[in-house]
Amino acid sequence: MSRFLTRRLGALAATLLVSSFLIYAAMYAAPGTPESFLVQGRTVSAEVLASIRAQYGLDDPFLLRYWHWLIGVLGGDLGESLTTRQDVASLLMSRIPTTLWLTTYAAVLIVVFGVAAGVAAGLRGGVFDTGVLLASSVGFAIPTFFAAVLLMSVFSVTLGWFPVFGSGSGLPDRMLHLTLPAVALAVPAAAVVARITRTAVVEERDAEHVSVALARGVPWRVVARRHIVRNAMLPVTTIVGVNIAALVAGAAVVEHAFTLDGVGALLINAVQQKDFAVVQAVALVLVAVFGLVNLVVDVLYAVIDPRVQLGGESA
Amino acid sequence: MSAETLALPTRRRRRGGDLANRLRPLGVIAVAVVMLLALAALLAPLIAPYDPTIGSVVQRYRAPGPEHLLGTDQSGRDLLSRLLYGARTSLMGAAVVVLLAGAGGTVLALVATWFGGRVDAFVGRVLDLLFAFPNLLLAILVVAVFGTGLAQATVALAVAYVPYTARVLRSVALRERRLAYVQAAELQGLSGVVVTTRHLLPNIAPQILTGAAINFGYAMIDLAALSYLGLGVQAPTADWGLMVSQGQDSLLQGHPQQSLLAGTCIVVAVAAFSVIGERLGGRRAGGRA
Repeated sequence: MSRFLTRRLGALAATLLVSSFLIYAAMYAAPGTPESFLVQGRTVSAEVLASIRAQYGLDDPFLLRYWHWLIGVLGGDLGESLTTRQDVASLLMSRIPTTLWLTTYAAVLIVVFGVAAGVAAGLRGGVFDTGVLLASSVGFAIPTFFAAVLLMSVFSVTLGWFPVFGSGSGLPDRMLHLTLPAVALAVPAAAVVARITRTAVVEERDAEHVSVALARGVPWRVVARRHIVRNAMLPVTTIVGVNIAALVAGAAVVEHAFTLDGVGALLINAVQQKDFAVVQAVALVLVAVFGLVNLVVDVLYAVIDPRVQLGGESA
Repeated sequence: MSAETLALPTRRRRRGGDLANRLRPLGVIAVAVVMLLALAALLAPLIAPYDPTIGSVVQRYRAPGPEHLLGTDQSGRDLLSRLLYGARTSLMGAAVVVLLAGAGGTVLALVATWFGGRVDAFVGRVLDLLFAFPNLLLAILVVAVFGTGLAQATVALAVAYVPYTARVLRSVALRERRLAYVQAAELQGLSGVVVTTRHLLPNIAPQILTGAAINFGYAMIDLAALSYLGLGVQAPTADWGLMVSQGQDSLLQGHPQQSLLAGTCIVVAVAAFSVIGERLGGRRAGGRA
């Protein structure tokens, strides 16, 4: 286990290093120069421009600038926003709680509702099964931003149960503010999870070991719990993991829809304002979190199924 | 696979048949919906009652009626006309994404399979690196570099989709590569280009098609999301994702039509494409078993 972890963490570090170079190079190659954003279209003298270039090290060769940035990032210095002059690291820290709450909330909804609906549909069959199948087809097709707009329209505008915008302060208020965004974020993923869970449960239900257990007189409730659901959870873990990892980026859309002050919204604003210092820092952090979530899922997979050997080459 | 089928009674196969029968009319409906949407997109300039980008403020927020069948938006533009024109950007954009990603993924998969060894390992490394980025983040970064717009967003998504397509097709092509007919062609002295394009490509074509149909739905959603975020199609062009976003302010003021209509169009189109994709995939799996 520890060898697996060291190897995977090493691979993640290598990936992050190459990613950081790619991200930095991409922002460097983007049309437009940083100083033109800094002066914001005002006409300034050549001396001022030169001093700005010197202040931000814009005259250094590309590799040197990347090196300085990388050293800074490793020391926790993510640079400074081009538009607001704020420290990107502290800007990011102030945005993390909202995104963390939102994605955790959505992840819980995905696991609870997706898996429960899938298990119930697979075990019970019949009309309920068809209903879950149809609902998951429709749910998958609802983009998160449209789910956000729909929920806002019904529960905020018409019924007035939930606030329309903002992240709230304090735990109960925060939960209230994040309920609709989390539901919007969870809808398509929960639909996919329900569908996969149902297929896995149906497959196990028809397996021979289940018939054998039933023939031996093991009660259905026990068979359902120990023989069907437990075995069906393996493919479910994978699909749940993939969907939760995708929330890292997907949250941006919902944060934008509900004007939440999360990391994703920060990224979108930075892209719109061409604030590349913020874009590259946020992108790197998101890639790191995405990699870590995927790593955790792989470890969980081995914990659930002892047959999975972590030493093997992972694809 | 065959041993498993033999050992099991026919119960599993029958249930599969039941399910397929229960969902069969859905496939017909899905194909009809897609054809209808394609027609709407093609004929938009002929059948749209108004110019989708011109409206007058005195006409704003008109309720549906004989003059404007679906009403008007915050700028007094005809919603039906905007939905019809919106079908063009939404469907065309997704089609281009699927085409580019399919082509890129196929080429990468075939090159990796044919040369194997170091080339395969290198392609694998590049794909792994791209997999380290969440899909949407990759697309947002490409837009950050190349700027906003339909063309940029389309290319951005195609880049984000290539790794998935390439990985799936590589495994399929690899299985095909080991079969006797490919080796026979190779032993006859046919060049790599001929073997891959004439023999391998036609045999992985069903998987390419299935992948494209499934990707189409995702591409529509992601493209609409980029437009919704203000990173894709720009105003005043009509686009479903953009319309949901533009209608959001109106919705808060009690005029939900624009957002709801445009969003419903997206949901219906995506659902139709995913049903078709599933059907294609299911037939393939059924044929192989």
